Amino acid sequence: MKKVNFRHSTSRQLLLSVAFLFTFTLSGFSQAQAQDTTAQAEAGQEAAADAGGSSLGDPAAGKELFNSLCAACHKPYSNSIGPALHGVTERREMDWIHEWVKNSSALIASGDAQANEIYNEWNQTAMPAFPQLSNGDIDNILAYVEQPKPEPQAASAAAGGEAGTSGGAGGVSTNVILGILVFVLAILLVVLFLVNKTLRNFADASGIVIPEKPKRKPIHKAFVENQFLMLVSSIVVLLAVGYFAYGWLMQVGVDKGYQPIQPIHYSHRIHAGDNQIECKYCHSSARTSKHSGIPSLNVCMNCHKAIAEVAPETATEEYSKEFYDKEIQKLYDAAGWDPASRTYSGDEKPVKWVRIHNLPDFAYFNHSQHVSVAGIECQKCHGPIEEMEIVYQNAPLTMGWCINCHRETNIRIEGNEYYEKIHEELSKKYGVEELTAAQMGGLECGKCHY
Amino acid sequence: MSSNKKYWKSVEELNENSSVVETLQQKEFTEEIPVEDFLGDKESLGDSKTSRRDFLKYVGFSTAAASLAACEGPVVKSIPYVVQPERIVPGIANYYASTIADGFDFASVLVKTREGRPIKIENNDLSKFKGGVNARVHASVLSLYDTKRVKRPMIEGRNVSWEEFDREVKSKLENANGEIVLLTQTFASPSTTKLIQEFSEKFGNVRHVVYDTVSEDAALNAFEAKYGKRALPNYDFSKVKTVVGVGADFLADWQGGGFDAAYAKTRIPENGKMSRHIQFESNMSLTGANADKRVPLKPSQQKAVMSALRGYVAGGSSTSDLPSNIDDAVVKAASQLRKAGSGAVVVCGLPDDEAQKWALEINEALGSRVMDTSNARMIRQGSGGEVAQLVKDMNNGSVGALLIAGLNPVHTLPNGKEFTEGLKKVETVVDFSTRTDETTKLSKYVAATPHYLESWGDIQFSEKSFSLMQPTIRPLFDTRQFQDVILRWSGNNKSYYEYIKDTWSAGLGDRNWSEVLHDGVFEATSPVAATASTSSSKISYNVDEIEGDGFELSLYTNTAIGDGQQANNPWLQEMPDPLTRASWDNYLTVSKADAEALGLVNEHIANGGLNGSYVNISVGDAVVQNVPVYIMPGQAKGSVGLALGYGRKAGIQSEMQTGVNAYPLYKNFSSVQKVKIEKAAGMHEFACVQLHNTLMGRGDIIKETTLEVFNSKDAHVWNKTPEVSLDHQETPVTSPEVDIWESFDRSTGPHFNLSIDLNACTGCGACVIACHSENNVPVVGREEVRKSRDMHWLRIDRYFSSEESFTEDLEKKENIGGLGSSLSEFGELEQAADNPQVVFQPVMCQHCNHAPCETVCPVAATSHGRQGQNQMIYNRCVGTRYCANNCPYKVRRFNWFNYAQNDEFDYHMNNDLGRMVLNPDVTVRSRGVMEKCSMCIQKTQKTILDAKREGRTIKDGEFQTACSAACDKGAMVFGDVNNEDSKILEKKNDDRMYHLLEYVGTKPNVMYQTKVRNTTEA
Repeated sequence: MKKVNFRHSTSRQLLLSVAFLFTFTLSGFSQAQAQDTTAQAEAGQEAAADAGGSSLGDPAAGKELFNSLCAACHKPYSNSIGPALHGVTERREMDWIHEWVKNSSALIASGDAQANEIYNEWNQTAMPAFPQLSNGDIDNILAYVEQPKPEPQAASAAAGGEAGTSGGAGGVSTNVILGILVFVLAILLVVLFLVNKTLRNFADASGIVIPEKPKRKPIHKAFVENQFLMLVSSIVVLLAVGYFAYGWLMQVGVDKGYQPIQPIHYSHRIHAGDNQIECKYCHSSARTSKHSGIPSLNVCMNCHKAIAEVAPETATEEYSKEFYDKEIQKLYDAAGWDPASRTYSGDEKPVKWVRIHNLPDFAYFNHSQHVSVAGIECQKCHGPIEEMEIVYQNAPLTMGWCINCHRETNIRIEGNEYYEKIHEELSKKYGVEELTAAQMGGLECGKCHY
Repeated sequence: MSSNKKYWKSVEELNENSSVVETLQQKEFTEEIPVEDFLGDKESLGDSKTSRRDFLKYVGFSTAAASLAACEGPVVKSIPYVVQPERIVPGIANYYASTIADGFDFASVLVKTREGRPIKIENNDLSKFKGGVNARVHASVLSLYDTKRVKRPMIEGRNVSWEEFDREVKSKLENANGEIVLLTQTFASPSTTKLIQEFSEKFGNVRHVVYDTVSEDAALNAFEAKYGKRALPNYDFSKVKTVVGVGADFLADWQGGGFDAAYAKTRIPENGKMSRHIQFESNMSLTGANADKRVPLKPSQQKAVMSALRGYVAGGSSTSDLPSNIDDAVVKAASQLRKAGSGAVVVCGLPDDEAQKWALEINEALGSRVMDTSNARMIRQGSGGEVAQLVKDMNNGSVGALLIAGLNPVHTLPNGKEFTEGLKKVETVVDFSTRTDETTKLSKYVAATPHYLESWGDIQFSEKSFSLMQPTIRPLFDTRQFQDVILRWSGNNKSYYEYIKDTWSAGLGDRNWSEVLHDGVFEATSPVAATASTSSSKISYNVDEIEGDGFELSLYTNTAIGDGQQANNPWLQEMPDPLTRASWDNYLTVSKADAEALGLVNEHIANGGLNGSYVNISVGDAVVQNVPVYIMPGQAKGSVGLALGYGRKAGIQSEMQTGVNAYPLYKNFSSVQKVKIEKAAGMHEFACVQLHNTLMGRGDIIKETTLEVFNSKDAHVWNKTPEVSLDHQETPVTSPEVDIWESFDRSTGPHFNLSIDLNACTGCGACVIACHSENNVPVVGREEVRKSRDMHWLRIDRYFSSEESFTEDLEKKENIGGLGSSLSEFGELEQAADNPQVVFQPVMCQHCNHAPCETVCPVAATSHGRQGQNQMIYNRCVGTRYCANNCPYKVRRFNWFNYAQNDEFDYHMNNDLGRMVLNPDVTVRSRGVMEKCSMCIQKTQKTILDAKREGRTIKDGEFQTACSAACDKGAMVFGDVNNEDSKILEKKNDDRMYHLLEYVGTKPNVMYQTKVRNTTEA
């Protein structure tokens, strides 16, 4: 379960990088092929969009409007808070749609049968009125939603998959090439041996005597006899062993790089990176409490009630859209959310996350002190969290690491009345402009150990 | 030089003809070593699958595997809420106001919860009904996590569902063949009263009998006779100028307790004035120990004192046949009472109708403003007569169903056996209980009820002051509170919560429900009319008519265990009694003279423990055997004392089955009995934490003076700073010139000090339990306490004077001259007087600015902070114990064992339920490290962080330690001395201020206020 990076020996890393090198050079070709397929697929999609646009309006303008006004409640191809919009032009009259969008409640109040039916079907959730939209605007939106569901995406994903396999095929061919190389080398050796043998035979035949080299003292004997060298080398060996042993011992219990696999693949890259969600939106207790808190699932559901799948752009080579969508399903399972009926079943399965940052019980750390009082960025300790697909422990979390930072970091006193008097007095005493956390007493043992 | 010494192995060698000599010359041992037996059998050795080499391989492999596995850290799982409750933020404590009302302790409290778990009880400062949050109330949070609780409803020992339980019992009640009797504790709850009225209407023949385990029947009877309501007078001790207590332990549990906080306010001399307290009593009680003048006398004489007082104060016969010295004291007390006028009060604790009536009369005659009969106390309502009648009726067979709530009558009734017989004749017995106790075991139906921290309730402390009880955790087990069950059986579908809200829908005046629930307390008049007492079966109490001869026994409840409800609470078991300093026991307190006459001894044995003789006590046919004897200074001659509440065996962990059950001696609910005592064989091993009881005239530990000296003389006469010689000049030890250490600069930021006022400290021990609860202090058990390995961070030392007063001790010590006199007189000083003065002194780490412990630590595991706290770093400590040896105050505690998750110490830290009470902000210490008071650094740091986060300065009073917050007497004041308008700075500059062992020059951050006694005789 536990996987720790940065513990590998250099040789192993070297070996790995050689292997990587091979893989990339060989798969480059097949990737180019895959890209072609994708491009074709996209072209196809655009062509389809053009075809759709001709009858209703401009789907590009419609997409913009849809995203700003409708997307909160509607999705083109699946039910959300409101029904799926794809195919609406076939189900309803255009005039009726125009009227409904501009002021649905008026339509319902007028006793329109269709309007009342849909109103009741959707639990009497009223749709806001959009009087600002012209019929043209609505047509544009409809043009957008009536585009056929983009199938080619799956094709491109499949192409990605193919690329993966062809990469694997590259691995096979490496073996072949390596085999050939070995074979060539073996032949060379045999040839050399044969040449040597033949030459000796010639020499024998022609009566040339090859002069015997005088036997030299073996190197290990010479080494053993030289006492000084012995002494120096043993000291060197001892020092080296000591150095590495110390290094090894010091990393015991330091889990820098600890990157466990979590029960739900939650990507900080997507949330904090791509979508720029503020850390403390989910980890809200970091502002007030000692714990930053693992967000409860109801926080996830704030957004994921509406986001049942990721955008196609989110997918990477390593993780496909299907993969991410499946992870969102896991969230729904855990929260007991049924996306079809849009209700909570009450059958909750709390998620057992694997804790990454484990401080021992005897060390007291308070997030709010650092986040709210000192105003330190989360990344200072947690690293480039917005780039992490899978979170790892960025800092060693050793006492030396804490203390170094306390020595180097100035306390933030702006606008904090608490510090006013203390800072003035202490800075006078130490003769400095700005105090470090250490000078404030941040190195006292009892501040963190009690 | 070689030696020709011959060493013998045995005397046998002297005998030259012995075969042993022969053998020893040949062999090392005389007997054959059976090596051949197990190695000679080649066959079996050959057959063995494991060769020696294999064995070594296995050993080597497992060692290597274990050490490799140790390098890998464990995988820690974190499980967040699925839906996080809005008010719960992990890491932040929530506080809820609630009320304890278990029939014995009644108090408005503040419950601290973390992540939904109650972890600590605190004082509710909004409560006008001050006090009552005693050690037991502080410890009650641990009783919530008691493993011996009743976890689900049971019928004949079989677990059933509530539906089945309801169905079966309801049908039984509907077809009850005879009366339905509710035997309950005092609920003092308007809603419950109303509920029981409705229940009675529904079922018809219902009788409600209220039973107080420890009875106040006599006082209730007297009050009822005089004022027409069954209640107790309320006393506001903060108005006291002179108080005379006659057998009333009013600083402890007398009439429901909770008077000590107000009392302590008048004990601090202000403008040269403080209250005067005269106590007439037989046992050395907490109240007597705090009195200015204490007169020891037997309970029968106490009644004569009451009579005489009435004569002197209220008119009537003004002669008494008391011994002249006691009579003299009574005369003086009476004249002081008269002088104090409306600030005077007489309180009486005798189980005697007449004496109680006299107390009311005297207070009326004095025009006492202290006694308040218009706002009478409702927290004791039991009637001994009705209980006695019920036992008779049960045996007659006229009771068809008996519902018992909040009580354990099988154990606590003096005629428990008769009650048990009666139980068999009642068809339906339902016991509503939180604990599996003696009564639960004998009841067919057991209704599991929740702890008060899981329940709703409304409590009427007195006629005008009310308090609400609210749950602070979801019920841990499948429990339902008594009221909810009764509601269901009466056919009401409301929950008790809604029922209470309905009761109060019009009664809260201009305040709304949420507001009142938030505050916990409110003033109102009860919306429910009290049921008039109709019963004619009353016991008349008269001390003079108690039968038998011999010693006069006064049964009392002690500070730790009380009436015994929380006997399975290890914090309380391990809490030393304030006076005897013994834990894990109850014992017969005997005066020294009587002990000598009976041949009873207390002795210190070689391992440092205290041992005491055993006695058998009998009242009529009731005998309690093997009661250990504690020789108590101050015990009146001819009287003995014994604490109730101990000796429970059912549903209680074996470690906590301590002491003897004194309830069989509690005949007719009278705490005074005449008993026969005979010595029994054997010696009892006490777990006593203080073995040296006197001060030996050491005025540098306790400084004491009289009000007269305090008012008339300069401070350096009665509170002299020790002096040392500097260049042959006497210089005060506090002056910087004699200081060889360089001092920390503590002028910046907070600098914490703690002040302890010896005048206001009554020794109640609430701080001890609060400290346990806040700091995860382990419980070590009786054996370890006996070895002086108790872990209390805060101890309350109790000292007895050897002469009549401490001042005389001091004089005696000063006048010792010569070797002969020093030998004999120091020996005499070790003995406490027959009626000694007593003083309590809470001692915790003194947080010395020049700490001796810090300089000797080889690994710098203890160091000093700028804020004045002496910091103890557990993870750095290697356990040399140098620091403990170098500490002059002996406040450091060593973890000899792992006390958490260790089967040898099977207390709350050894089970999942009990560990829920741990404070997550404080490390649980492991074996081999030193620990001590941290001055609640986790609390001070929190206060600072809150201020930093809110960007503000800290106001005085915000800094608190667990002990200072628990001390409702105001004896402990904590704060920042760098804050110029702080109360602690005032205390530091007070004339009474001194430091413990000041001449050592440790410059502690804990200070004490000199004890002043009001010795003014009229």
